[in-house]
Amino acid sequence: MAPPSWLRSRPVVAGLVILALGACVPLVGSGYVLGLLTVAFYTAVFAMAWDLLFGFAGEVNFGPTFLIGLGAYTAGILDARLAPNVSLWLCVLAGAAAAVIGGVVLALPALRVRGPYFGLTTLVAVLMLQNMVVVFADLTGGEIGLSVPDVMSVSATANYWIAFGFMAVSGAILYGLSRSPIGLVLQASGQDPVQAGALGFNVTKHKLFAFVVSAFFSGLAGALMVFYMGTASVGTFVDISVGVQIIVAAVLGGRRTVIGAAIGAVFLIAMGEALRPLGELATLIVSLLALLVVLFFPDGILGMLQGRSRRD
Amino acid sequence: MLEVEQLTKRFGGLVAVKNLGFSVRGGEILGLIGPNGSGKSTAMRCVMGVDAPTAGAVRFEGRDIAGLPSHKVSRLGVGLVFQHSRPLNRQTVLENIKVALIPDRLGMLLHSAEIDDRARAIAERVGLGAVLDRKPPTLAFADLRRMELAKAIAQHPKLVLVDEPFAGLTATEVAAFSELIAEFRAEGRAVLLVDHNVKSVAALVDRAVAMYLGEKIAEGTAAEVMRDETVRRVYLGGALVRAARDAAPAAHGAPLLEVRDVEVRYGKALAVQGVSLHVREGEFVALVGLNGAGKTTLFNAISGLVRHNGEVRWAGAPLEGLTPAAIARGGIVQCPETRELFGDMTVRENLELGGHRLEPTALAERLDWLFDLFPILRERTGQVARTLSGGEQQMLAIARALMMEPRLLILDEPTLGLAPVILETLSNALHRLRGSTRLTVLLGEQNVTFALPHADRLYVIDHGRLAWEGEPDRFETEAADAYL
Repeated sequence: MAPPSWLRSRPVVAGLVILALGACVPLVGSGYVLGLLTVAFYTAVFAMAWDLLFGFAGEVNFGPTFLIGLGAYTAGILDARLAPNVSLWLCVLAGAAAAVIGGVVLALPALRVRGPYFGLTTLVAVLMLQNMVVVFADLTGGEIGLSVPDVMSVSATANYWIAFGFMAVSGAILYGLSRSPIGLVLQASGQDPVQAGALGFNVTKHKLFAFVVSAFFSGLAGALMVFYMGTASVGTFVDISVGVQIIVAAVLGGRRTVIGAAIGAVFLIAMGEALRPLGELATLIVSLLALLVVLFFPDGILGMLQGRSRRD
Repeated sequence: MLEVEQLTKRFGGLVAVKNLGFSVRGGEILGLIGPNGSGKSTAMRCVMGVDAPTAGAVRFEGRDIAGLPSHKVSRLGVGLVFQHSRPLNRQTVLENIKVALIPDRLGMLLHSAEIDDRARAIAERVGLGAVLDRKPPTLAFADLRRMELAKAIAQHPKLVLVDEPFAGLTATEVAAFSELIAEFRAEGRAVLLVDHNVKSVAALVDRAVAMYLGEKIAEGTAAEVMRDETVRRVYLGGALVRAARDAAPAAHGAPLLEVRDVEVRYGKALAVQGVSLHVREGEFVALVGLNGAGKTTLFNAISGLVRHNGEVRWAGAPLEGLTPAAIARGGIVQCPETRELFGDMTVRENLELGGHRLEPTALAERLDWLFDLFPILRERTGQVARTLSGGEQQMLAIARALMMEPRLLILDEPTLGLAPVILETLSNALHRLRGSTRLTVLLGEQNVTFALPHADRLYVIDHGRLAWEGEPDRFETEAADAYL
């Protein structure tokens, strides 16, 4: 009997292999490794959410951290103000909701402009959020950062499993969405909006939908990560360089694959850590590696795997 | 079914469509005909809602749809078969057709078997059954066009708009596509065909509307439109006669440009084989030959853009080893068939870039002279090059080449894709150019009637070899039959 069609898809197989490997890590890994991978898994969700927007809807969002930051800070501030009267999970949901609302408010005007201007708008949004955090320091902790009273768990293993499960579920949903009829329409809208319109699709509606989904997962992941770290700071959630890392991860892993973005994120963070003994040089080497992959394998890591299998 | 009244569309200062009116009934094929830049495509885009008309009414089944976004127009029952589109290259042909069948709802999370069946049925109908699982980049050109047709069929439109249905197709494919389009009519749908000329769609259309410079110039059956006086003038232009030349150039003396045994290879294919020709100072020489005969390749060899064997001598010295930029600075300026304008720059900026080596006063003088030569460019000074019509772009390309003060101007296929009336304007400009300067010109053309009146001498190139050489007077008796 032939395996079901979804099992024959290479990204799915790659994803399942990684999940299987990930499930084994707590058996052998130290607390340090688990902590590192926990962060990597949240970053993977950021990258997958970004790929839905770039790889499928064809819109480059230079401000993934706008959505992440909104989620993280909303959840963090609520918790800092209201704990212990409000459950941590309610704060997480509020964070996701804030990211969706902020995303819609940003996307509605931004999607009216075409081409590079959409990207520029999102970039400006990040800078604005960053400024707001600093200006309203009483509320947000400003440049020092905001510490939250609640944490999800003090156990590294528990935190690992939460992040791991969250990444698996988000990945499954985002991947499923990308393969659904909506995913097809999104791709058509991204590639040839004029024709998609003539085929009867409301291009703006579909792109807005993609933005909302992307915002939801970004905000959710951002909020969860706050309660893993116990603090929220501009440097970890909002800064442009964080956004660049997410974009690099998604492109490195393989555009238009969703799962590739997750692979790219884990790879990037693992590489950065493995090269840490080299000090400042580590960032340079990782950047150089990313640049080489983007230049010579524009389809990313997953594309390289697929390319080899095609030749076989 | 479709009524268009007083439709007007402006892009900035350019009036693309002016007070256009026509109607299409169900079960009828209407041809909307016009030369390049006549506004026919713009009119179609206004009907589809891709562009919003500036003024006028577009009524579909009695309802005014002017200005509605295209997805709403589409849902009312209007489909558009694109001439070019960007298909989903990572998806199969079947999936590409399915896209057109998916309803515009966000709840569509699962693929349905019904959509799959319908997509397969449509693919069979247009003749894509054998390539369903292939991806678009591997398809032949005609199959890509079939896929566009399939996407339009998928929407069950009551009115189908078809953009240049036969462009780039072979005779057999044209017949197959005609049949597919005639099927729309048989099913009671209305069809609007947009094409360059009446002849190619005459057999298919019930009625035709001819457009020129944004306005309707004739309407009726294909035969009536072809007989129409205005249409004939627009398409055939005035009779081209041999223009008299006041001062004949020196028939002897040393050649300015000398090409000896030039040979160019693309991989294994010989594009130019042992061509030798010469051009004297002040001469107007035409190199005529069909598409693919090797004209452009030879010009590129002269300009140093492709590697070649043999020798090219310029003013007595070999050009070997010089970069294309150095050759251009030396006075050989090529005006390529692709025009290569800077689309986002204005007419003036394009010209100023061409004359970047001139002193400000010389530049102003030269601009003035060119604006006298091509008066239409003076009106369009501030307009962005991309929005010019094809003929205006060609004039701008020539003018920009002239800004570089060439000693030899190489004009490659200036008539490519232009309507006959525009040829006349262009021809007049060339005539004035020849009369007012000592400029040496090497013209590459496949349109002999255009090249003949201006040329002092003619070369005929065929399959990369020179086939004939002589005075234009002798062409008709000696070479015309072989050429045509």
